[in-house]
Amino acid sequence: MTEERLIISRKTTNKFFLMIAIGVILLIVGIIAMAAGGGEHHAEGHGEAAATAHEAVSWTKRLLINLWLNNVYFTGIALAGVFFVAVQYVAYAGWSVLIKRVPEALGYYLPIGGVVMLLVFLFGSHDIFHWTHEGLYDVNSPEYDPIIAGKSGYLNTAFFLIRMIVFFALWILFFNWLRRNSINEDLHGGTTYYHKSIRISAMFLVVFGISSSVSAWDWVLSIDTHWFSTMFGWYVFASWFVSSLAAITLTVIILKQNGYLKMVNANHLHDLGKFVFAFSIFWTYVWFSQFMLIWYANIPEESIYFIDRLSGNAGNFKWIFFTNLLVNFAFPFLVLMTRDAKRQMIMLKIVTIAILFGHWLDFYLMMMPGTLRTSASIGFIEIGTALVFLGVFLLTFTKGLTKASLVPVNHPFLEESVHHHV
Amino acid sequence: MTKKFVLGIYDDEDVLLQAIENVRAAGTKIYDVFSPYPVHGIDDVLGIKRSRLPIVAFFCGLFGTSFALWMQIWMLGFDWPMIIGGKPHIALPSFIPVTFELTVLCAAFGMVITFFIVSRIRPTTRVNVFDKRSTDDKFVMAIEVNEGTTDISTLNNLLRSNGAIEVNEKEVIK
Repeated sequence: MTEERLIISRKTTNKFFLMIAIGVILLIVGIIAMAAGGGEHHAEGHGEAAATAHEAVSWTKRLLINLWLNNVYFTGIALAGVFFVAVQYVAYAGWSVLIKRVPEALGYYLPIGGVVMLLVFLFGSHDIFHWTHEGLYDVNSPEYDPIIAGKSGYLNTAFFLIRMIVFFALWILFFNWLRRNSINEDLHGGTTYYHKSIRISAMFLVVFGISSSVSAWDWVLSIDTHWFSTMFGWYVFASWFVSSLAAITLTVIILKQNGYLKMVNANHLHDLGKFVFAFSIFWTYVWFSQFMLIWYANIPEESIYFIDRLSGNAGNFKWIFFTNLLVNFAFPFLVLMTRDAKRQMIMLKIVTIAILFGHWLDFYLMMMPGTLRTSASIGFIEIGTALVFLGVFLLTFTKGLTKASLVPVNHPFLEESVHHHV
Repeated sequence: MTKKFVLGIYDDEDVLLQAIENVRAAGTKIYDVFSPYPVHGIDDVLGIKRSRLPIVAFFCGLFGTSFALWMQIWMLGFDWPMIIGGKPHIALPSFIPVTFELTVLCAAFGMVITFFIVSRIRPTTRVNVFDKRSTDDKFVMAIEVNEGTTDISTLNNLLRSNGAIEVNEKEVIK
């Protein structure tokens, strides 16, 4: 088997830089507009809602929550990439060997994600997380909140930071460990690295199982501090994993269309398509399991979460709520149902792009109603931040892809992957 | 009524696949090939078209969805309206689990029943086992003999030259 080296041309890198530049310009425009106009005002809304629709939100708060949103989204994609590789190892999977370097390279974003996450939390914790306000825990303060005070054993800044740092340290450690073994295998061959990778992956999966759930509670669920849901860890995991699968599939297709990954054929795409299809349904299953029980029981402390996203907040999030289901469930479900659709690049491309956008919206819907509330909208700041993150992500990801051969030349299951047939 | 078949016995998967291609290229119609396990790519070389069973599954599933929704809406909304948990009579989210289950049930049963009908499998079906070794370690290629038109010795040579380890003849009751 011959090596395949990806070469990212200067032109492509410049495109990514241009993406970041446009993002920064949009951000500056958005910030200036907000600072000068005191926020974008919405004339819509009726009666009482109109009064609350004008809650002023500072541009710093809006910027910080956007940074948080995009960083959680992209970190999740990177993490789920490493998870995908680990699952393939533990399952002794043969088919995925040819595309394995793609999810592997996603992990290169993790260190950046860790640093950004830490910085945004240190500077913006009060803007993003209600529970970080000191007064909530002080019995003599007018702000005292017995419910949140009762959670202080878990939800306190020090423990939160420890968890964040430990998780990122573990993820980066395991990512580097797996990656090093994978590259050493290319250089030296033999099955030692393969067997070692299986053991590393098994350990990582245990770490991932716990840390992905806990980080979902910390980074996303704790924004709505009073609310809780036992499905939430799964929900965020499903969202991360399906976005990551979409990113992997899209990258494989783009690489293939540019003449790389020559041995990847419709059979590999078919399996990736099945993954995207299945986990879109899995995400919906978790979404519905969470929604229906809360809707049925109709207990105020639980249903407030969905009221905030439907009729609450001046109906600000209603369209996103339904778009979310449409783009992330109905669209992939109907389009990817047939065998032919999963084997055609164009269909997969359309669906994966829709899913990547749809799950960004999903995270938007998880974070904005609890922070920006009625003043949330998708404007220059949102698009700008997303573009900057996308640019940075693509730069690190493509750089990671160029660091090793796209074909893991000495993987023991390479031959099986080349002859994969479904 | 009996029918006569010529059976080519093979003991190697790759030889078999090549043989199928050559035999078909020589203009011989293969009745069927029996194998102890599924052979990758055998459908393509035998020229078997993709099954249309998924289409049946889709429409059976669609029927299940519509039937479940209609049943629940009619029963709980019109025929015998009841207030359950303070929800409206027609409360769609609570209908989804039943709808899902009936969709899966109808799709699955529809597929199995259609498969039985199309393959003509029923309790009285008699299965002709051409060669018992096809359930163990041999591949059996069966070619139907049409009296008068099929030249058995040429067929014999064709199969043997393509790697058959044995060529037998067998009459089966149809």
